[in-house]
Amino acid sequence: MKPVLDGFPWIGHHVSLVFDKLGVHMLIAGIALGVALAIALPIGVWLGHIHRGSFAAINVSNVGRALPSLAVIAIAIGIVGLGRNTLILALVVLAAPVILTNAYVAVDTVDRDVVDAARGMGLREREVLWHVELPLALPLLFAGVRTAAVYVVATVPLGALTGTDGGLGDIIVNQASYRLEGVVGAAICVAALAIVIDALFAGVQRVSTPRGLRGHIDFAAVQTAAAGNPQEEGPP
Amino acid sequence: MIIAQTVIPNFGGGPNSCVRENRGFCLSWVQDNWNSVLWPAVRQHIELTAIAVVIGFVIAFGLALLAHRRRGFETPITVSTGVLYTIPSLALFQILVGFSFLGLNRLTVEIALVSYTLLILFRNTLEGLRGVPAEVREAALGMGLTRRQILTRVELPLALPAIVAGLRIATVTVISLATVAAFIDDEGLGSPIFRAIQSNVFKTELFAAGGLAVILALLADAALVLAQRLVTPWARRQRA
Repeated sequence: MKPVLDGFPWIGHHVSLVFDKLGVHMLIAGIALGVALAIALPIGVWLGHIHRGSFAAINVSNVGRALPSLAVIAIAIGIVGLGRNTLILALVVLAAPVILTNAYVAVDTVDRDVVDAARGMGLREREVLWHVELPLALPLLFAGVRTAAVYVVATVPLGALTGTDGGLGDIIVNQASYRLEGVVGAAICVAALAIVIDALFAGVQRVSTPRGLRGHIDFAAVQTAAAGNPQEEGPP
Repeated sequence: MIIAQTVIPNFGGGPNSCVRENRGFCLSWVQDNWNSVLWPAVRQHIELTAIAVVIGFVIAFGLALLAHRRRGFETPITVSTGVLYTIPSLALFQILVGFSFLGLNRLTVEIALVSYTLLILFRNTLEGLRGVPAEVREAALGMGLTRRQILTRVELPLALPAIVAGLRIATVTVISLATVAAFIDDEGLGSPIFRAIQSNVFKTELFAAGGLAVILALLADAALVLAQRLVTPWARRQRA
């Protein structure tokens, strides 16, 4: 028990080191999440808008979710070699599927009657997407972004295991330099970081939901709707 | 686990130039090391995963039945298992190692792996039980079934698809995290991955072990989809 408790004062004594590593951690996670969003969001939203490719969109997430993170990092290292960019590449591969599928399901499942009504009112295709489908899709769409964000932040430390920058992971895997207190201290920081990021994105998710929808949405459940509903899955 | 680093890369392999020069993927290395390195790692990986999912399911199932009977338990269980689920794996492994009664062994790894299955299995089981229509429950009650009979003959069969969906997610999650666990306890498919990185990034071993982990996860996922169809034939008939 003692080394666990010693982790807390260690954080206090090494604030600048922790913030230094935290900065690298957030930088890597931020770039990876940004790239994953830039690739996956437009594809998911567009497929959802035209209601095509449900088989692909759903299965991308099933396969993506099954990919073991360390295995993906290992294969990426085998292909492009060690380095920070390899880690970022692997993180993008791991984060993009959940964003894509949630964006697809979110836009695809917007009430068709509402969309028809919008078309009937004379909205153009782009306006239907921007003013009707996207606002209604936001809660579920953000659930995917939130899952991806937490996943990326939690996976950055694996970089340290594979001989590249791992943000706070650098301390976690280096017991020789930082002793058990440091390792546990940094582990506590990473755990806290993941929980804070989750809460932060949950807040954004809530704020970004159109006011009229807020009372009707169970924010804990939207995530499972995309993740675990057996009815929505294609053949194996 | 720690292998002496040489200044001049030496990937072994003797006369095998593919291995010696660390060129892409050397099938001969995989053949030579299948029985001694790769297959044992796969077997250990399956063991680690199976133990964690079975224990996790027993605990989560009990918790779900509890929360199904008494709604007050749902929020505290969801919050506490949610926190466990959110803690990054490497951090949780190392925090657990910090407890003096645990060490760098399988017990530590299994505690962490089990803790990751709880949220998923609990939530899916509970949702499955809650999803049973009230009329169905009332009909069962009207037929004179006791509470226990309603649970085992009506609610659980109807909850099966959701439960198996949870098992799928839990299993692939554990397969992924068990790879990281090799850092604490040198077994499973993470072990050859770490060794390959430490021996000057030996590509063949990285591809082989990483690929096997991916294949194992996809196979487990597909097997559970199949199991889901077998145990719920009525769902298939409905859809057809």
